[in-house]
Amino acid sequence: MAFFARASPSQAIRRLKDQSQFLNRLLCSCGWQNRSIATAVDDAKASVHSSVESGGKKRINLCSAINDALYIALDSDPRSYVFGEDVGFGGVFRCTTGLADTFGKHRVFNTPLCEQGIVGFGIGLAAMGNRAVAEIQFADYIFPAFDQIVNEAAKFRYRSGNLFNCGGLTIRTPYGAVGHGALYHSQSPEAYFCHVPGLKVVIPRSPTQAKGLLLAAIRDPNPVIFFEPKWLYRLSVEDVPEGDYTLPLSQAEVIREGGDITLVGWGAQLAIMEEACVEASKEGISCELIDLRTLLPWDKEIVEASVNKTGRLLVSHEAPITGGFGAEIAASITERCFLRLESPVARVCGLDTPFPLVFEPFYMPTKNKILDAIKASVNF
Amino acid sequence: MASQLLRRAGKLINVSASATKNLASSLAPISQANRSFASAAEDTNPITIEIAVPYKAHKCEPPSLLATTTPQELVQFFKTMFLMRRMEIAADSLYKSKFIRGFCHLYDGQEAVCVGMEAALTKTDCIVTAYRDHCIHLGRGGTVKEIMSELMGRKDGCSLGKGGSMHMYKKENNFYGGNGIVGAQTPLGAGLAFAQKYSKVEGVTLAMYGDGAANQGQLFEAMNIAALWDLPVIFVCENNHYGMGTAEWRSAKSPEYYRRGDYVPGLKVDGMDALAVKQAVKYAKEYALTKGAFVLEMDTYRYHGHSMSDPGSTYRTRDEISGVRQERDPIERIRKLLLAKEIVTVADLKNMEKEAKKEVDDAVAQAKESPQPDPSELLSHIYVKGLGTEVFGPDRKEFTAVLP
Repeated sequence: MAFFARASPSQAIRRLKDQSQFLNRLLCSCGWQNRSIATAVDDAKASVHSSVESGGKKRINLCSAINDALYIALDSDPRSYVFGEDVGFGGVFRCTTGLADTFGKHRVFNTPLCEQGIVGFGIGLAAMGNRAVAEIQFADYIFPAFDQIVNEAAKFRYRSGNLFNCGGLTIRTPYGAVGHGALYHSQSPEAYFCHVPGLKVVIPRSPTQAKGLLLAAIRDPNPVIFFEPKWLYRLSVEDVPEGDYTLPLSQAEVIREGGDITLVGWGAQLAIMEEACVEASKEGISCELIDLRTLLPWDKEIVEASVNKTGRLLVSHEAPITGGFGAEIAASITERCFLRLESPVARVCGLDTPFPLVFEPFYMPTKNKILDAIKASVNF
Repeated sequence: MASQLLRRAGKLINVSASATKNLASSLAPISQANRSFASAAEDTNPITIEIAVPYKAHKCEPPSLLATTTPQELVQFFKTMFLMRRMEIAADSLYKSKFIRGFCHLYDGQEAVCVGMEAALTKTDCIVTAYRDHCIHLGRGGTVKEIMSELMGRKDGCSLGKGGSMHMYKKENNFYGGNGIVGAQTPLGAGLAFAQKYSKVEGVTLAMYGDGAANQGQLFEAMNIAALWDLPVIFVCENNHYGMGTAEWRSAKSPEYYRRGDYVPGLKVDGMDALAVKQAVKYAKEYALTKGAFVLEMDTYRYHGHSMSDPGSTYRTRDEISGVRQERDPIERIRKLLLAKEIVTVADLKNMEKEAKKEVDDAVAQAKESPQPDPSELLSHIYVKGLGTEVFGPDRKEFTAVLP
């Protein structure tokens, strides 16, 4: 038995019985069966807001949806470029497969292994009016480029009095847990970038969303960081419109309506939250689930309206709880809906630990943890 | 493009075609024929071997091509490299049977760099490397068992099962890991060297990186600091010719990494020849201790792909890989040398191989028996003990604990 993830829950529980109370409670609240994305993924309901050129749909996974979006971006604008480490060969996740063959090595190319250089280069390319789509191979590798993103990209427009900008820059990067990625291949660093005025931060939950949001991000006149849930690259499959379409940025979407509590999340976490909603409904609790989609600038109104209806809020994300983006949502909504709230805003997030190697199941904000928090909130 | 690829591949192998010829000529029999293996393993009489591939030097005089060694050392080279090779093959199959999950980067093919280096160093010298670190850990005195345990995330691992493949450390022998982010370990090496110099320790630091990392900005920042302050650091570029799936010439304007330190002198070394590596590291160490920073480019090759998710055959030809195996393999080179010098017999070598295989098999079995770390380890080692810092669980109200 190599991993806890492969142990039966009963074995794992037995092993943990004697541990600290903290860990016991933690474990009991882990429903850490394999992540099923049945609901949020097979998202036939996903409404496509803007017009879809051709009526057809095809059944593809999130990886292919990204590939599709990049294809359309390159095809529809001759001044668009896709680049990053190993991107010319299709990238480590195969999201850029075939693009170099179709559009040539001058528009789709490998870069040396230097994240700071990649982003700085992208800013320069974008400053000349081009659409620069840079890939950082894993979100965990984005930190060497932090200075370029925070100090250079985000402030270009402001500090030049609107003479210059790098609005054409989009940074794509896979984020989040995959079950065994450990310390340097699992992190969710979105909150760092949500602290930077001038950037947009976008995270899709499904193939349809990914394609529409990525195209919107590429065409948006601001630098955008586009985090792709790598867990869903292959797992998440749905019927995706074939043509060119965009989905609006900074507009959240209610993906499940309910009256007792509002749940807010983004990316891969929504699938887990949806499962918790289904479980809760069996116990008569009706949950409203909101996909924030854009974290910066975020859609406060839709969350506020929902909380005014339900009177309760729960936020969930994979990143550690302290200083996570959930804190910002909790504070903003408390400010706006203070008198309407019937219980404290709940946050179900990653633990305040480095992303662990074998203890990933403990770290993750699992379905049962969310379900517990929903009940605690409703019974407050 | 394909032809370019082939041409380059040809170059990779050709270096060595001449190398083998030279090797053959340097293998003239010596007068110590027909001794038993037991005595050879203890024989410390110096012998001289001619290094086949000449060094290329940048801003320094290359070291002599006559390397001094002993039968004992050659036997040790063979044993250690064979053990490393077996260990990585075992890791490969453990990965395939899902005992090892996640990220795992194998070292097979590059063994000569590690053993050659260690032969010229003491454990007072420091080593810091990137994520291809299993064999470096072994070279620093680690055991196969603690490596295998770490790979499987078990308690008996060298990092208590908390680090995994990329994060192996050996404090008592000055091995500073085991770092996950490409190139990030090189400035750390400059810091280690500064500490050595400041505290007047007679030691140097080897900051290892790959040809991919050679294009990271941090490396040049570290080289400038090291050269400016004459720090005893050797930047060791393990050039295995591919940064993940990208060939060196696709990502570097100048793949002559030994020259890329500009004002820092450098040597290009046949990294498939343990004796050439040893000689170069010895030379570089003397230089670093007296004059400061130095660059060593080890021309080496990895047989496996970059990591377990890379089959390693999409960006290079199978002929290239088998060509390197046939012409330049570091273990075969020492095997031929041992036989040509009549230090050991074929049967002796078979016994050594058998022992290594057994050592690895036993270690794997023991590692599988090792339990996972105690769940409390999830919360340990985040901060120093006794700070009273709280950790917040999935829900700030329900789960909080004071860190141990």
